[in-house]
Amino acid sequence: MENLVWLIPTFPLLGFALLLLFGRRLGEPNAGWLATTMVTGSFLSSLCVFLGMAGKNSENRVYEITLFEWIPSGELSVGLGFLADPLSITMALFITGVSALIHMYAIGYMHGDPNFSKFFIYLNLFVFSMLMLVLGDNLLITFLGWEGVGACSYFLISFWHQDPANASAGKKAFVTNRVGDWGFMVAMFLLFFNIGSLKYSDIFSSVIQVDALTQTTATAIVVMLFIGAAGKSAQFPLYLWLPDAMAGPTPVSALIHAATMVTSGVYLLTRMNPVLAEAAGWSTNLIWVIGLFTALFAATAAVAQNDIKKVLAYSTVSQLGFMFVAVGSGLYVAAIFHMITHAFFKALLFLGAGSVIHGMHEEQDMRKYGALKKAMPITAGTFIIGWLAISGVPPFSGFWSKDEVLLAAWNENKVAWVLLLIAAIMTAFYMSRLVFMTFFGEKRWGEDETGNHEHEESETENQEQEEISPNPEGEERRTFNPHESPVLMWFPLVALAGLAATAGLLNLPFSHDTKFLEKWLEPVLFGNEVHVLASTSTKWLLAVIAIIGATIGVLSASYVYLKNRVNPTQIELPILQDAWKFDRSVSNFMGGPGRKIFDWITWFDRTVIDGAVNGAGKLTQGIGIRLKTTQTGLIRTYALGMVIGAVAILTYFVSRMGF
Amino acid sequence: MTFAMAIGTEYYLALSALLFTIGAGGLLVRRNPLIMFMCIELMLNAANLAFVSFGKEMSDLGGQMSVLFVLVVAAAEVVIGLAIVVAVMRRRPKASIDEVSVLRG
Amino acid sequence: MEAITFFIAALIAVAGACGVVFLKNPVHAALSLVATLFGVAIHFINLEAYFLAAVQVIVYAGAIVILFLFVIMLLGVDRAESMESDPIIGQRQLALLATAGLLILGIFIGVAFSGEVTGVPPIEAQQSTFEGGLAIDNGATSDKVPPQENIKEIGRALFSTRYVFALEITALLLTIGVVGAVVLTRKTKSELDPIPVVEPPSLMRNSEEEIELALGEDEEKPIGETADTSIEDLTNDELEVNGE
Repeated sequence: MENLVWLIPTFPLLGFALLLLFGRRLGEPNAGWLATTMVTGSFLSSLCVFLGMAGKNSENRVYEITLFEWIPSGELSVGLGFLADPLSITMALFITGVSALIHMYAIGYMHGDPNFSKFFIYLNLFVFSMLMLVLGDNLLITFLGWEGVGACSYFLISFWHQDPANASAGKKAFVTNRVGDWGFMVAMFLLFFNIGSLKYSDIFSSVIQVDALTQTTATAIVVMLFIGAAGKSAQFPLYLWLPDAMAGPTPVSALIHAATMVTSGVYLLTRMNPVLAEAAGWSTNLIWVIGLFTALFAATAAVAQNDIKKVLAYSTVSQLGFMFVAVGSGLYVAAIFHMITHAFFKALLFLGAGSVIHGMHEEQDMRKYGALKKAMPITAGTFIIGWLAISGVPPFSGFWSKDEVLLAAWNENKVAWVLLLIAAIMTAFYMSRLVFMTFFGEKRWGEDETGNHEHEESETENQEQEEISPNPEGEERRTFNPHESPVLMWFPLVALAGLAATAGLLNLPFSHDTKFLEKWLEPVLFGNEVHVLASTSTKWLLAVIAIIGATIGVLSASYVYLKNRVNPTQIELPILQDAWKFDRSVSNFMGGPGRKIFDWITWFDRTVIDGAVNGAGKLTQGIGIRLKTTQTGLIRTYALGMVIGAVAILTYFVSRMGF
Repeated sequence: MTFAMAIGTEYYLALSALLFTIGAGGLLVRRNPLIMFMCIELMLNAANLAFVSFGKEMSDLGGQMSVLFVLVVAAAEVVIGLAIVVAVMRRRPKASIDEVSVLRG
Repeated sequence: MEAITFFIAALIAVAGACGVVFLKNPVHAALSLVATLFGVAIHFINLEAYFLAAVQVIVYAGAIVILFLFVIMLLGVDRAESMESDPIIGQRQLALLATAGLLILGIFIGVAFSGEVTGVPPIEAQQSTFEGGLAIDNGATSDKVPPQENIKEIGRALFSTRYVFALEITALLLTIGVVGAVVLTRKTKSELDPIPVVEPPSLMRNSEEEIELALGEDEEKPIGETADTSIEDLTNDELEVNGE
């Protein structure tokens, strides 16, 4: 069944093409259904390939197919090929699955938008690029997908580009990604230069069997790859774009910035684990240090955000930091496990937030929420499951995967473990804060700008529609009814909630038999997986400490926000809300001294580099004009030249012959 | 009275070189096209002399054969060359070789 | 004997060569050329190339130089050029240098390396003329080949496989030459464009006037200026000069 692997990216590509041609004619909602069907087809193909692979032995699970030679260029020969192995199929499965659910959600969310079909064009293109990223059999295909998702991210973030803030958010995302892409490209150059091929199988066989990379080269490659990953997966300092990217529609945030695109960096590093194994220790240490720092940094910022989506954005950055801690420590399985569970619960949280926003009529400030549990029961219920998962409460999936990551930190450095535990406690805290402010407590909505209270009796009972009911004075007042979302939107929530609850079963740590994910990913890791040497009792102790930490986080949040014992403003410091002013300082630098540097570089390029090139041309011209004077047209000068030439040749021969 | 000196090939070659040089010098210095032609003939004759002297030394008839062909080609060259000179001189009777310099950059 | 002949013939040849180069009047130069050709013919006889000597006199001196004289008479380019200065700057000096170098090198190479000749391997030299590779005197240097043997050998060689192709090609060449000469010198019906007068290149001294000066005026009465000069005038002048 593995030869169906080429179908997986073809479905969304087909969807993209069809929607490009006929999308406007199909209109709402058929365009959306077409897109959803295509992605579902992709999911089913991935399932087929997965089943076919699962039926084989562990060694036979790698399948490569090359469709055609894409770039035949001298020594560099890049083919358009797919690599179906456990890692890529795992990624493909959850990418297509979550994407299909989000497509369905988006049909409901984007209802009434004038650019309905354009949205799905971009979404399908995005899914295609992401699948090329994970299924490619060489670095260049991965890079193609890498750039593709970056471009689609730009399109989708600035989807409502009439507002300049959205457009510039999209630009920021794209530019920051590009800074990271430089690292990826340099890594590709280094790999090609040292190994001569960009294909994964060639690279791995060279590195493992022939030891083709020196430690210095491998270290350089790892650092460059990490720069690329940091750009895509929003690690410090390239995380700036992710909070701003919330300007896009919520399905975009869910799909791109929670479940799929931001995990590309983790995927890339996991895929290149043989190279990471060859590199010097400090480069992998760099990875987990930055991951740890990002996790803490973003968690502190999330504590003080008032926009529900920004909390989730910083939460994503923080959770990605967790994943990088695992990668840097060598526990790739933990990173992938956390990636999968994060995809489920973060998508769930985002979609739930979208549902809340939709129900609250595009209001995103949490200070205007409160007591929405009764108004939106399904949303609330699924959201609570996502909340418990991310906080690390057993038996939900987040607990198991986060525990693995904490184990990775413990294995690396005890101080790191403490810091990461603090980050986990803060995660629990801010997520509980979000849930309490949104669904519990007292309702803070129902006030319009004049500050008058609306009629409250009709609100709690009326579940379906908003009404515009004139009050007895004759003024028109809109009664504010947060309502539950339509089935098209809550069905994906339920599905994702189920997944978030049960995904822990993938890799339960109790015994080797239950560690399905670890066994499944074994052929991809080439034995580079670090196994933690800690006794079972230590692991149990760490798990218990993690549970206690989660409980502390939840309880302290309830202390502040439910029971109102502590004033929130003491915790929600303005500097935290501004994310330690890092973004602002970057902007100031770029606008001020940065601008001068860029102006100087432009001057340099224009004068020196262009001058050199033009100068070469002018030099040739000048020489030509001077030399032209030798063409006198006078026969006798030519004859003279010939005689002198003959004399010169004779002299040369005489000097060579000797006596 | 006979000189017992044997005239070896080097004498002929020296003479040939001398004639050739005089011809080359004349080619460079004279401006009358016909005289330049005659200098060319001089150079060809010098070459012929060299050919024959080498042929004598190596006992090879090839030297003389070469001279025959050089002769024929020289004759043909003179024919065409003089035709060109006539064609040019008809239009500008007082021309020197330096005035035919239209082909220049 | 050979030595005396060599030096006398050499003297004649070199004197003629210098005459070609240094004489102002083209007719005088042509006659000097004839002297050189005679000198070279004597050298050929010294080198036992009898047929070649005859051909040299008949063809070169007897035909080619006559051709030269025809053209000289026809066009009247016998007007002497000034030998004083050269319009092209530096031409004389450089020519002197170049020819000096050429002379030194030529003589040096000729004298120093004449013993190391490359070329025909001795085996081929022993083949018969019929195959085209043969010695003038079959390896023995002291024997003198009588003249009639020489022409026989040349005849055989010429039509041997080695040279027959060249022979035919040269015949073709001569035909082309004849055709070319006719084409180039015919008078066309329409007036042809004159040769454009362009500004002289910067290498030349100055304007056209100076060039005219440098080219020299008519110092001597030209022997034949235009094509219209009749032969009777010539004869009359000469008769007068000769005082008859």
